[in-house]
Amino acid sequence: MTSTQSPIVRMQQLNKHFGSLHVLNNIDLEIIPGEVVVVIGASGSGKSTLIRCINGLEEFQSGSLDVDGNELLPNGKSSKALQTIRTEVGMVFQQFNLFPHLSVRDNVTLAPMKVRGWSRQDAEETADKLLERVGISDQADKYPSQLSGGQQQRVALARALAMEPRLMLFDEPTSALDPEMIGEVLDAMRELAKEGMTMVIVTHEMGFAREVADRVIFIHQGEIAEQGPPEQLFDTPQHERTQSFLARVLKH
Amino acid sequence: MDVNFQFDWSAAFGSIPYLLPGIPWTLLISFGGLAIGFFIGIFFGLLRISPLRWLRWPAIFYVEVFRGTPILVQVLFIFYGLPQLLGSPINALVAGIAAIAINSGAYISEIVRGGVQSIERGQREASLSLGLSRTQAFRYVIWPQALRRMIPPLGNQGIISIKDTSLFSVIGVGELVRQGQIYIATTFTALEVYFMVALMYLVITWTLSLILRQIERRGLAGQ
Repeated sequence: MTSTQSPIVRMQQLNKHFGSLHVLNNIDLEIIPGEVVVVIGASGSGKSTLIRCINGLEEFQSGSLDVDGNELLPNGKSSKALQTIRTEVGMVFQQFNLFPHLSVRDNVTLAPMKVRGWSRQDAEETADKLLERVGISDQADKYPSQLSGGQQQRVALARALAMEPRLMLFDEPTSALDPEMIGEVLDAMRELAKEGMTMVIVTHEMGFAREVADRVIFIHQGEIAEQGPPEQLFDTPQHERTQSFLARVLKH
Repeated sequence: MDVNFQFDWSAAFGSIPYLLPGIPWTLLISFGGLAIGFFIGIFFGLLRISPLRWLRWPAIFYVEVFRGTPILVQVLFIFYGLPQLLGSPINALVAGIAAIAINSGAYISEIVRGGVQSIERGQREASLSLGLSRTQAFRYVIWPQALRRMIPPLGNQGIISIKDTSLFSVIGVGELVRQGQIYIATTFTALEVYFMVALMYLVITWTLSLILRQIERRGLAGQ
């Protein structure tokens, strides 16, 4: 990782309001290719909103946002760039959001076929490789509801990876999982990080964050209160807000 | 109560040959009207959930008008009223199909709206995050799921519309009730004949219920 690389995400003075609520307040953030960034913060702090801005699931009201050379404009006025960004940025959601009417394999092949125009055969070959990589190749013909939560989330990961994204966003990927299934999803994410994928992860798994992150960002009331390498942020947090947040979450 | 009354089974069975010719008419009006009503329903149902107000408004208007007025009035309006406007009479069968179409269309557009809106927001978000366009997200993800959820209420509407066709005896379509009335006019066996008429509706609606249950089961097997 070299700091001379041009960032894949560049956010400048980004502001987002929900009515009178100031959800994101002058966010400046740059993410360089290959970097694994973990975003932490209390619920309602704006951390999910932050990463949802990167692929345009949330609009912002002012500031600038550039993702891999495509500029997103305030108030959703950039549908062309948005489309390009979404084909290059994958996302894994807290609630998996698999398509329940499609088999596991069809979940993975849908976007490559419809968006990239791949043949069914190519898309299925890729799907089967990805499903094997996340350890569920034997479930390809099942439907999402027949799978455990951990398996579903790994399918969701394979589905996002099938588009060969340059950047992966994770919005609390283990928060809806039973404790015994968290590990298998984190393992798959760990593998992905090792392969050099650029990742932005919102999570409450502090142990995972410490191990995998290149940088940890602490968000408080819509602002980046503190950021730095995990050792620094977890062991010697500078801000009082960071200290009290970590004291609360690490107690358990 | 007339204690000497005897249910005359021979009168009941005897009416069958006269009632049977009504069944194709009942089915033709019901299913012809419902097929058109389905497309009307999809059209207005989707307009209804458009983000554009000027598209939503006509859909709301349509539903309110045709859901808010009795189907009997609608068919009388079409059959007796419209010819005044057009200057030429309207075939009773056409009037019946049209009435079922516009009436069921109003209810079906609400079913379509409810079905689409019941799909979790995450489905759309996941589709968009994969790079699907809004149209693709609708076509490949939202609509197939919505359609499955729409099957039970659509079945309900189908059964209601089949029964509604009985009102069209007033415009002289030779459907089940009309056939029964003609027969009763000569035999005066109202109880027996209406009993058989009811039984025939029951056979039709029951068959539809069974078919729908099969479709529902097959649809759910995929989930």
